[in-house]
Amino acid sequence: MRTDAIARNSGPDAAAAQAAAVIARPVLDVDDALRDQRAPRDQRAGQGRGRPSPWRKVVLYGLLSVLAIPFVFPTWWMITSSFKPISQIFAFPPELWPSNPTLDGYVGAFTAQPFALQYFNSMYIAIVVTVGTMLFASMAGYAFARIRFRGQGILFLVVLTGLLIPAEVTIVPLFQMFNSWGMIDTHWPLILVSTFGAPSVLATFIMRQYFITLPVELEEAARIDGLGRWRIYWSIALPLSRSALAAVAIFTFLHVWNLYLEPTVYLQTPELFTLPQALTRYTDAYGGEMWNVQLAAATLTALPVLIVFVFAQKQFVEGLAQTGLKG
Amino acid sequence: MADATMTTPDRASARSGAAPTSDLASRRRKRPLLSYSTRDQLTGYLFIAPQFLGIVLFVLVPLVLIFWYSFNEWNVLAGTFRFVGTENFEKLMGDPKLAPVLQATGVFSAGLVVFNLGLALFLAVLLNRRVRGITVFRTIFFSPVVVSLVAWTIVWSFLLQDNGGINGLLQLVGIDGPNWLREGPTAMASVIVVQVFKNVGLNMVLFLAALQGVPSEVQEAARMDGASDRALFWRITVPLISPTILLTSIITIVGSLQVFAQIAVLTQGGPGISTTVLVYYLYQQAFDFHHFGYGSTLAIVLFAIVLVLTIAQWQLRKRWVFYEN
Repeated sequence: MRTDAIARNSGPDAAAAQAAAVIARPVLDVDDALRDQRAPRDQRAGQGRGRPSPWRKVVLYGLLSVLAIPFVFPTWWMITSSFKPISQIFAFPPELWPSNPTLDGYVGAFTAQPFALQYFNSMYIAIVVTVGTMLFASMAGYAFARIRFRGQGILFLVVLTGLLIPAEVTIVPLFQMFNSWGMIDTHWPLILVSTFGAPSVLATFIMRQYFITLPVELEEAARIDGLGRWRIYWSIALPLSRSALAAVAIFTFLHVWNLYLEPTVYLQTPELFTLPQALTRYTDAYGGEMWNVQLAAATLTALPVLIVFVFAQKQFVEGLAQTGLKG
Repeated sequence: MADATMTTPDRASARSGAAPTSDLASRRRKRPLLSYSTRDQLTGYLFIAPQFLGIVLFVLVPLVLIFWYSFNEWNVLAGTFRFVGTENFEKLMGDPKLAPVLQATGVFSAGLVVFNLGLALFLAVLLNRRVRGITVFRTIFFSPVVVSLVAWTIVWSFLLQDNGGINGLLQLVGIDGPNWLREGPTAMASVIVVQVFKNVGLNMVLFLAALQGVPSEVQEAARMDGASDRALFWRITVPLISPTILLTSIITIVGSLQVFAQIAVLTQGGPGISTTVLVYYLYQQAFDFHHFGYGSTLAIVLFAIVLVLTIAQWQLRKRWVFYEN
């Protein structure tokens, strides 16, 4: 709240505050939407059409089911086809259920490339970046929300520029920088840029917005008791901001898990590849795609996240709705 | 204000601390090396340092560098780097591929925005009802958002092969489908559709939130005045959720400018260069043909477009304040 008051005073800060409003508002809306799904409020809209007659319900379910096909079928097709032998993969008529299921595709996935290692690469990079982002973004977000220091507004604005500049714009100079530091064909560019660069700005921003809404009284009491800033941040503010941290963790993990351009640019050794990059390299000696192998690897990449999503839907939707705001 | 509340108890304890002999009191009486607010300021700088330095090093410095690189002829493979002034920009203006690339980018972005927003709004309206099991559909429509992008694209690439699943299904009903990814118009349409189904769930959730924020009194009032469902939707609901429409459309356009993996997996920019969007062209120039100078020039074009769109968004939002309270 204090930072907002400061932000309203001068020009660039006003822009920062406006940018803040742009991103913050829909986040709240999404929370609202999810709440309303479970406990609809009477004064809300949609009530007039809220209880359709039985035959309208049938039409609605029918329409939704047809619309659901392109959302469900690809995943279904990916999983079932990954169990088909290569000779059946383009069989006509299309087989919705594999008649001769085989694990050939899965065996191929691990023999054609060091897939287990690539899986580990993706996993550890995503975890390191997620933990790092949670820590550094929450620290920066806390300072921007709670601590008053000279040049705060302008420094915040500088950090926000990270939201405006797509990774694709800076990929050439970043490649050159990491090249001159001898970091090409290592995981360092992926870890460093994701943790400290543009992708982490949204996390900092969300954490700042969240800390601003926390009541300041608890912290002031702690300060009177002689607690330092670090302790206040670590033992009071951070535990109170679990929901924001969860959102940050989810979208950061998925962002890093899905990175494609960056690994393609920075990595050359198959042993260092990440999953998305590895998925596109399953080709036979003639450059043709080994579809069953590729689909098996794709299933192994996509399914775990999908399963976690089903069980933690609310957190996923809230967390990802915030990245949607960035584009 | 917070500082004021802080100094008061300190001073109070210092005053009352004249008599007591306890360790704590004597420590409190000592003046710290730096005043509280100075220390707090330093803490503030330390807290933001990792993020701030990261942005300077990995965003701002590279941003300046693309302008410097764009004035140089730089072939990484040949190892040449020399100042050429505005040669890259002249090359850009004379590049016969620039117009088709920008056109592909425009068609892709426009197609994506129209299809994505239209479908997102349609789904949101359908889901904005209190009917049993409706959340299952919300989960289904949202689920591709969490599926790995490359995995999703590979499956669609598999489905869209000439002898793939979609043509197989079409053949069952007697339709001879095209070779989707190898023919100009269908290739572009395929890339758009694959991207829409991947991400429409995000905009759907945002629209759902907006729809539930429309006050029902307004709708009831319109209904009493005899407004039809259609009029209600176009004259009442759409204007009231227009800030969300604007926001999602800008986000979707900016996002569409960054689409790389989908193109790389589905069409590699082809057939010809019909699906070579700006980002993909930039990547080709820089990392396939090793022209870092020209790649940087294209990066400036991309940056300029994103910047203009973002500023337009901020300006337009000012006009919509009425609906945003």
